Amino acid sequence: MTVKTIFETMDYGTAPESPAEALGWLAEKGGRFGHFIGGAFTDPSPDFESRNPASGTVLAHLSTATQADVDRAVKSARHAQPVWEAQGGHARAKVLYGLARLLQKHARLFAVLETLDNGKPIRESRDIDIALAQRHFYYHAGMAQLMASECPNQVALGVCGQIIPWNFPLLMLAWKIAPALAMGNTVVLKPAEYTSLTALLFGDICRQAAVPDGVVNIVTGDGGVGEKIVNHAGIDKIAFTGSTEVGRQIRQATAGSGKALTLELGGKSPYIVFDDADLDSAVEGLVDAIWLNQGQVCCAGSRLLVHEPVAAAFHAKVKARMDRLRIGDPMDKSIDVGAIVDPIQHAAITRMVNANTDGETYVTAAKIPSTGCFYPPTLITGLSPSARLMQEEIFGPVLVSTTFRTPAEAVQLANNTRYGLAATLWSENINLALDIAPKLVAGVVWINGTNMFDAAAGFGGVRESGFGREGGWEGLTAYTKPAGTSLPLEKIPMFEAKTDPPPKPDASVGVGIDRTAKLYIGGKQSRPDGGYSRIMYDANGAPLGQAPIANRKDIRNAVEAAQAAAGWAKTTGHNRAQILYFIAENLSARHAEFAANIDRTTGGNTGQQEVEASLSRLFSYAAWADKYDGQAKGVPMRGLALALHEPVGVLAAFCADDCPLLGLISVMAPAIAMGNRCVLVASEPFPLIATNFYQILETSDLPAGVVNILTGPHNDLVGPVAGHFNLDAVWSFSSSDLSAQIEAASAGNLKRTWVNNRQACDWFAPATEGRHFLAAATEVKTIWVPYGE
Amino acid sequence: MQTMIDPVSLQLPQTVEPRNPGQDFDADWLRSLQANTSAIERRAKTLPGRRSVKKDHQAAWLLKAITCIDLTTLSGDDTAARVQRLCAKARQPLRADLLTALDMPQITTGAICVYHEMINPAVTALSSSGIPVAAVSTGFPAGLSPFHLRVAEIEQSVAAGAEEIDIVISRRHALSGDWRALYDEVRSFRAAAGHAHLKTILATGELGTLRNVARASMVCMMAGADFIKTSTGKESVNATLPVSLVMLRAIRTYFERTGYRVGYKPAGGLSKAKDALVYLSLIKEELGPRWLQPDLFRIGASSLLLDIERQLEHHVTGNYSAGYRHAIG
Repeated sequence: MTVKTIFETMDYGTAPESPAEALGWLAEKGGRFGHFIGGAFTDPSPDFESRNPASGTVLAHLSTATQADVDRAVKSARHAQPVWEAQGGHARAKVLYGLARLLQKHARLFAVLETLDNGKPIRESRDIDIALAQRHFYYHAGMAQLMASECPNQVALGVCGQIIPWNFPLLMLAWKIAPALAMGNTVVLKPAEYTSLTALLFGDICRQAAVPDGVVNIVTGDGGVGEKIVNHAGIDKIAFTGSTEVGRQIRQATAGSGKALTLELGGKSPYIVFDDADLDSAVEGLVDAIWLNQGQVCCAGSRLLVHEPVAAAFHAKVKARMDRLRIGDPMDKSIDVGAIVDPIQHAAITRMVNANTDGETYVTAAKIPSTGCFYPPTLITGLSPSARLMQEEIFGPVLVSTTFRTPAEAVQLANNTRYGLAATLWSENINLALDIAPKLVAGVVWINGTNMFDAAAGFGGVRESGFGREGGWEGLTAYTKPAGTSLPLEKIPMFEAKTDPPPKPDASVGVGIDRTAKLYIGGKQSRPDGGYSRIMYDANGAPLGQAPIANRKDIRNAVEAAQAAAGWAKTTGHNRAQILYFIAENLSARHAEFAANIDRTTGGNTGQQEVEASLSRLFSYAAWADKYDGQAKGVPMRGLALALHEPVGVLAAFCADDCPLLGLISVMAPAIAMGNRCVLVASEPFPLIATNFYQILETSDLPAGVVNILTGPHNDLVGPVAGHFNLDAVWSFSSSDLSAQIEAASAGNLKRTWVNNRQACDWFAPATEGRHFLAAATEVKTIWVPYGE
Repeated sequence: MQTMIDPVSLQLPQTVEPRNPGQDFDADWLRSLQANTSAIERRAKTLPGRRSVKKDHQAAWLLKAITCIDLTTLSGDDTAARVQRLCAKARQPLRADLLTALDMPQITTGAICVYHEMINPAVTALSSSGIPVAAVSTGFPAGLSPFHLRVAEIEQSVAAGAEEIDIVISRRHALSGDWRALYDEVRSFRAAAGHAHLKTILATGELGTLRNVARASMVCMMAGADFIKTSTGKESVNATLPVSLVMLRAIRTYFERTGYRVGYKPAGGLSKAKDALVYLSLIKEELGPRWLQPDLFRIGASSLLLDIERQLEHHVTGNYSAGYRHAIG
């Protein structure tokens, strides 16, 4: 084409990035790779290929890690960990800083290699992926430096197994490795089989950065290698980013193993456009929401919800914009949409879209390359929430849409999903925007923008989008644990009758009138659904009374009552503090009675001390109710990134068996202080303290349903509790061995779990109070509010 | 609506679009216009990274940019001779050997832009070149002289041979929200301009907000502007990408609603060849290729041309150029 012709047509032409340097690096390595273990590459034994999805050409031959490889990697990480942690924050900060600098120095090499391997446009790998990866290492170099002063009672978890996806290969590596290393952990990381090359290059870079041998280990291969990591006994923590389906399997596989777990899973994130939005900017936002990385983004704004008054105009604008997208060679600097990562993914997208017969499908009029793994940007309008494409993740450049009438309906539609990763909303009305953002069930909310990320701001989901946050201070909890050691917890048995037949109740206790302990559900004392009770005895074998035996229907009723008390989450911290103080006041009035009952029930002599500790604990969480502040993050933009502490929702807890009052209050108080509603299963051997305690709750202005108390055998109740789809979290401090069962069954709706793994807890210690509990009782929601007029 | 254009004659600034006749004042439409500054800035910031024009394409685009330049002198010390020199440059903006190397016919700049008193020498110097003379008018740059004098200034400039009139709007009307007054004012200017094309200068650097830029753009188009133009070049902030994005989107909205294409002219602040490429790609992205012709796109600039000449020489020879190798205007 001559200059003269171009002068007339004004075409863009091509602006190809050269692959030479990246191909040169691959060639230098012989095009064949082993694993990066203990600071060196193992001998390659290639059995799979990494291909360029845009052309189908083979880039390198890679090796699938065997059990022996994984064992070696874990062993090398284990060996390196204590030294790495003991080096101290400053030493680790220097290494992380070095990694950040090297990522910067080799920025173009990483970007080109990423695009060759993954198919994403070079603009994205250059301006987004690699830039953010650098930022994560810089940010966490700082966290390593500050760990000793800012996280004084936290220590490293140990060896972290990290499994990352193919959509942001190096960036996900950075999100995983930077915080882990900063906190003194060592890692065994497995990149996705489609996209291992930048991880291997990173291994190469680790040698330049003087990362001690064994601190970073990288093994390649498919899901089978991932399973070997997940099931490895020598690993203390699993961090996974990927599909909800695999996340569920990992939750089940690690159940009861004592491994810490964070999951960043799928999404079907709503993109809400109100009628007062800057529609042109909202259209441009969609380009970043659903066509970034060909829509292969877990937090892609894939569900477009448009206000009815502007729906037709907005959809017309979206279609026009789709026609101007440039789709093609990802190595071209002027390409908006590159190649789908692999033909298998392409086939999956095609299958899902072709199976849909609802709504109207609009496919971009832009040219699509005839060869290579390309899928045309697609918009499907007029879908109802029940359509499969409105519910399930497509993970491709396909946008589905419906309309709404009112802000309330927008929220309802947005939240009508099992997922809860991200949400976007567009409005020029600050009142509307700031009203809607907290109502959206998502870990991240973007106002008038989308897909904004930064190392300083937490990222992660709620519901079936997973748990744990990456980035920010909140991200550090995923790689640390409280310092100190714990002792194993033995099952605490109930006291039994000493004589047969048992002695009659002591008529001198009380005034001799029979008392009926009940369950406490929805603010009412109710008899157990099954109609069974069991006799409880004191240490001398004398009967204390009968405790109701709750069954699955009582659990159902308690959860429903708790769900109905949703207004509690909207009360003010001040209001919740008042109620906690009032509970303490009323408990204090019956101090002597509770102390005596605890002594008699448990056969101990610490009743007085336990009541005092309980009063103090209630005061502590009354104090915290309006002080567990969120943060405004230091993100590099003009705007606010607000980290809000939101209640987890409805949580169930198996309370400690040993301290029947203090154990219950230690979980109830932080839960309700943060706005949660709870279902508490009382101490199994000493339930009658809890059934006395609900009388205190009844007189303390606590709204019905906020706290529900059940009694009964923990082992019988754990199944229906852990499997309940409408519970958001389950905690267990029981002396019964519930941990594995809770973790395994929680996979159903990926509820948050906090279990003791049969480790004892000193309920009187200061460590069993405060931020640790508050963090477990809250989710961090990051709301991005760019501003400027 | 669009007339077919002979590709060879595209380089000549000529109007083949039906002129925008203007519309009735529509306050509801104005109120519905929104401009989210952060989102607009984000788009503007990432655009240069999203589009890259290289090699022959870059050369062709830079040649196009030359044909869209309103070569401008607006100084108190302008003289007839100074303007004649500029006109000579407008006729032959690029060295002949470079044109030959690029296998291009002669091109010219889009127009010459001067004050009223310089119209005569410019018209004379440009006779039979086809290059129109644009005159800044209506008490440029502040626009605060008596209304009847501003109208008369347009009439006299048209009478003197100006084919394009660059008027300045009364910023006070925009800032006080009196959009109706602004509409009436531009309506009068359009009437006074007659057959001459009306470019309305918004002085965006003085409008305070991007929302005001969007609304002022729309009012001017409603009142019959042929072009909307960012700035006089005399404000402290002149053409920027965010402002351009807002104005281009207003043009698109107006076209979608009325079917009339209004032209766009950024002025001041474009001094590098790279800037010109970014603006061209922004227009291509937001409005489409039809707007990349001089009848719908002009750049108000004085130093841009030299940078383009240097880039083109680099393209042709492979060596970086020097300013003195290109004739001054």
